[in-house]
Amino acid sequence: MLERVKRKWYYSVIVSLLVLLIVIPFDWFPGHYTTIMVLIGINTMVTVGLCLLLGYTGQVSLGHAAFYGIGAYFSAVLSKTYHLNPWLAMLIAAIATGAFAYVIGYPIFRLKGNYLAVATLALGVIVYILFGKLAPGGPDGIAGIPNLSIGGFAFDTWFKRYFLVWGFCLVVLLISQNIVNSRSGRALRAIHGSEAAAESIGINVDRFKVKIFVLSCVYASLAGSLLAHSMAHISPSSFDPMVSVIVVVMAVMGGLASIWGAVFGAGIVVMLKHELLLGFGELEIIIYGLILMLVMIFMPEGLFVWLKSSYVKLKELYIRWRLGQIRRGAET
Amino acid sequence: MSADQFVQYFISGLTMGSIYAIVGLGFTIIYAVTRIINFAQGEFVMLGGMLSFYLIKSAGIPLAPALILSVLITVVIGAIMYLLAIRTARHASVVSLIIITIGAAVFFRGIAGEIFPWGVDIVRPPYFTGSQSIAFLGAYVHPQAFWIIGTTVVVMILLHLFLTYTMVGKALKACAISPVSASMVGINPRTMALIAFTLAAALGGISGVVMAPLTLMSYSSGFMLGLKGFVAASIGGFKSPVATVIGGFTLGIVESLAVGIDWGPFTSAYKDVIAMTVLLLILLIRSGRLAEEERMS
Repeated sequence: MLERVKRKWYYSVIVSLLVLLIVIPFDWFPGHYTTIMVLIGINTMVTVGLCLLLGYTGQVSLGHAAFYGIGAYFSAVLSKTYHLNPWLAMLIAAIATGAFAYVIGYPIFRLKGNYLAVATLALGVIVYILFGKLAPGGPDGIAGIPNLSIGGFAFDTWFKRYFLVWGFCLVVLLISQNIVNSRSGRALRAIHGSEAAAESIGINVDRFKVKIFVLSCVYASLAGSLLAHSMAHISPSSFDPMVSVIVVVMAVMGGLASIWGAVFGAGIVVMLKHELLLGFGELEIIIYGLILMLVMIFMPEGLFVWLKSSYVKLKELYIRWRLGQIRRGAET
Repeated sequence: MSADQFVQYFISGLTMGSIYAIVGLGFTIIYAVTRIINFAQGEFVMLGGMLSFYLIKSAGIPLAPALILSVLITVVIGAIMYLLAIRTARHASVVSLIIITIGAAVFFRGIAGEIFPWGVDIVRPPYFTGSQSIAFLGAYVHPQAFWIIGTTVVVMILLHLFLTYTMVGKALKACAISPVSASMVGINPRTMALIAFTLAAALGGISGVVMAPLTLMSYSSGFMLGLKGFVAASIGGFKSPVATVIGGFTLGIVESLAVGIDWGPFTSAYKDVIAMTVLLLILLIRSGRLAEEERMS
């Protein structure tokens, strides 16, 4: 019975998501919503990666903006300065980011909990400062990054980019969904539960952590490349340590261990950032701070998952009540 | 680098180092008692500095009472943070607590950028005693630097006396060694956690108040200061206050001398990169022992 209620929840979420996705790009809404939807798609990709790492495996990363930025910078520099095909630039960016994540993954995942959090934070700070100092363009960043295109078809309007980004995003969501429901996904959850227990049933804990870290960084890199090619302009400030915190906010909103929740989290935060709180200055980060504290104190499994379980609980109560009513009806 | 320059950089390193040392002490105390890394520690420093500027400039309170009042307000904020955000989430996992203290840090930062009349500008509270540099061993030292170093030394001595000779201090130490055994002899670990947060906020507030005139302060200064304090604490291994203080001075001097050496186009802004690299190296070198510790707690 409850299984059916849960499934219904998922279907209704996915259906409403699809409806939104299909409805919004057309000019039924004011045009700039398409831009916002593109940003939501890009942020969702980063958030899903963090969810795999934070929610499913229980490993904190406070430096995800670094990998997001490395992807964006590689794409921008290769395609603009070296005139490489943007697709090739994107691929090289993803491979480079993955390799970097792999190399630092083994030493950094010997750390746990608090220390891992600080180490990733420090990494994010270093990479951010280097963007401003060493990367071309310095603090101003790089402008005039070419669009992605297939044959002669260039993704040069937000309407076209919308389909490109959400195409990527859906692929990333489906891949992640499959990983979570597979043998590897169970291994990740075992690691989250207890590393010692996971080790004792033959899971190579370090390797799994590094693998999922690399995957999550590759997602971030792809998202960064899409950002660079869509915005045509990037600067170090798009990848400062605060951005890493915002990604955590999105993951926390979505429910740490929930793939589809990432869409919800990214959606709400991007709407807050670019729509509701535009021009309110620091009110934005006050709200992020409150979200982080309140959600983690009162619903540690994340807002979206909390909504789901409350829905299931309410439904259960309703079913009980209905059953009782029917039984009473049969008695009289 | 000439000898005079060396002394100059050494003293400015000592000045910054003492700030890092106090901030690091805040981390150490909270971590020892509660096993929480308080990511909002740097924000206490920022709040101390910003409040002192507000009280002196906008509220027109004389210097000394304004300084004391800013530290007191920071202490109250620290206590409230513990009671509302940390104690309510008592059974939370390490990951949740990390996210909660980050949330608190971001929240304080946002509030500081929002409520003060000067918004997000950088401010400089007045110097305690003039700005006439004093010649010292061939270097010129700002009087505020003496205030910073002096305050740090006094605070450290007081903290040492408090931890060694008072009942509450001893209880804190007992709780740091083993919360379970401490509660068996009648020490309430939750009260001790509250005291630890209060102390840490006081340390942060004091360092913010004395450093702000020299290093300037803005709503976003807390983040980097917190990280540097964390470096100091991790050099000291989060164990002894003395080691943390030595860690703070080491970091300050290394940073300052590294900036003094001519790296060609790479100079000055690499200070933060150096500090973060030091942090990563320490964490990675110690990773085996740190993992052991986390398992124990």
